[in-house]
Amino acid sequence: MKTLPVGDCVWEIPPGEKPGMRVPARIYASEALLARMDEGVFDQVTNVACLPGIVRAALCMPDGHWGYGFPIGGVAAFRADTGVISPGGIGFDINCGMRVLRTSLTEAEVRPKLAQLVDALFAAVPSGVGSKGFVRLSGDEFDEVMREGARWCVRRGYGWPEDLDATEGGGCLPGADPDQVSQRAVTRGRDQLGTLGSGNHYLEVQVVPPGGIHDPRVAKVFGIEQPGQILVMLHCGSRGFGHQIGTDYLRRFDQVMRGYGIVVRDRELACAPFGSPEGRAYFGAMLAAANSAFANRQLITHRVREVMGRVFGRDPRDLGLGVIYDVCHNTAKLERHTVDGEPLELVVHRKGATRSFGPGAPDVPAAYREVGQPVIIGGSMETGSALLVGTAHAMTETFGSTAHGAGRSMSRTQAKRRVWGEALIKQLGERGIVVRAASKSGVAEEAGFAYKDLGEVVDVVDRLDISRRVVSLVPIGNIKG
Amino acid sequence: MGRHEFLESVAVADCAVEIEGDDLDDLFATAARALAEVMVDPATVPATVERSLELTAPSLDLLLYDWLSELIYVKDSEQLVFPVVEVHVTGGSPCRLTARLAGGPIDRTTTALRADAKAVTFHQFVLEPRERGWRARVVIDI
Repeated sequence: MKTLPVGDCVWEIPPGEKPGMRVPARIYASEALLARMDEGVFDQVTNVACLPGIVRAALCMPDGHWGYGFPIGGVAAFRADTGVISPGGIGFDINCGMRVLRTSLTEAEVRPKLAQLVDALFAAVPSGVGSKGFVRLSGDEFDEVMREGARWCVRRGYGWPEDLDATEGGGCLPGADPDQVSQRAVTRGRDQLGTLGSGNHYLEVQVVPPGGIHDPRVAKVFGIEQPGQILVMLHCGSRGFGHQIGTDYLRRFDQVMRGYGIVVRDRELACAPFGSPEGRAYFGAMLAAANSAFANRQLITHRVREVMGRVFGRDPRDLGLGVIYDVCHNTAKLERHTVDGEPLELVVHRKGATRSFGPGAPDVPAAYREVGQPVIIGGSMETGSALLVGTAHAMTETFGSTAHGAGRSMSRTQAKRRVWGEALIKQLGERGIVVRAASKSGVAEEAGFAYKDLGEVVDVVDRLDISRRVVSLVPIGNIKG
Repeated sequence: MGRHEFLESVAVADCAVEIEGDDLDDLFATAARALAEVMVDPATVPATVERSLELTAPSLDLLLYDWLSELIYVKDSEQLVFPVVEVHVTGGSPCRLTARLAGGPIDRTTTALRADAKAVTFHQFVLEPRERGWRARVVIDI
């Protein structure tokens, strides 16, 4: 497939490369990252370019890799009036996302109690297959969670009011419609609020390494003052509730899209017109799942505060355990963007891609409005993560989007063949990273060598100015499902 | 006896499985075993719970999709996995599945946990007859 350079770290596959492409496909990557992208990326991003109502281009971020439907790292915007919505452009883990908390603790204060802290977090935040959360909800209460998201948690004492200001969309996306959610989805997910899940989900104690503050001014706005400062990062989504909504609607769209005359190149891209009854129903259900994911991360935040307060014998407020930000990376959102000079209402799908709104953009919290929204890019448990900031250029280049992680470069099976989970946990321990995991094989699957170099991904988004590097973070404690 | 193989070069973040069965019953049973193997070490789940299940779907491939989706659903809603299954599948309109399942609860003290299957995807999803028996490819989101 012809992939042409059209700018620094920008590659384009012209519409003529595959029958049915309505717009070009754009891949943002260095030459080295592009060369290592698997074939699925090129096939999938050009499949997305064939969907009805897509505007400008189908995009793939530098952490892109072979997913299902969209590539992971995929971004596409569809006209709300004539375009589609596709569960395969969001993923089953609706509103999978990242949250990071600051603390006033230093590594020197935490190290002596690190094993105790990680053990306590592992005990308090259920993870792995078949785990249940600590909150038991009636049907009516779960309806409230669907509508209110993290606001429900704060109302019930599982958070601080200011947490909401530091959450994308205030932790509650309007338009959630519990009537469009199946009872199966509720039954499947209701007891899982406050759980991590498995796979690449984690809860991590991190430290700002020496030289890790790249933009001191913005870092200070985020509440990060110096190397050695401890942060807590978590990565998880809507659990079985969102997974079931994705399953229900994928199955439904697979059957109805032919009635709308839509043909897709990958069945996982099953979709419906956004304005159709099916499209609106999925949007309402998807938003309910997105809100439940905000609630999930809020409940875990509450547990983290309880545990850290206990371990360090201080009030969580004294520990400075405020939320820096909470971002989604698997969603579709109604946003206004200007395309070819025309302001349009668009359904922006981000699948494994983070919103990266710049200074002054709508929905950027007042505290960050001058600098742009925080962007959280999660890496592997070995190599660390990064905090960046959204830019004005992202608004015009990528519908206000950037990368979400390091991106896998190796299959789970290959990773398990290269290392035993227990051996890896021991190796990491020797390097000062305490790991507790529900699944030892899951640890092997998430080994650092199974991922691209996070630094390369961050370099590219920084060079492209679709987000700017602010702080690097390295793990010292990791909890995995 | 059916066979399954986890594919290394397809959808690297997820789990692609190639499944072969002597007939449809065998293929559906093999697919269920493969799914259980994704989520837990089946040897660590003693068969203490038995269950019967019936499903219908408009086509055989959708029946396979619904069958695996049901097993994922039960994993979350009841914390049960079923490594041992007997399945009988008939074509027609609708296609029909009856199954007897044997397995047990996910016990965090004794069950060796693996990956938490989220959903069955339609990416590269195929169920087709071969010269002898049937084959399927399923990508599971994990």
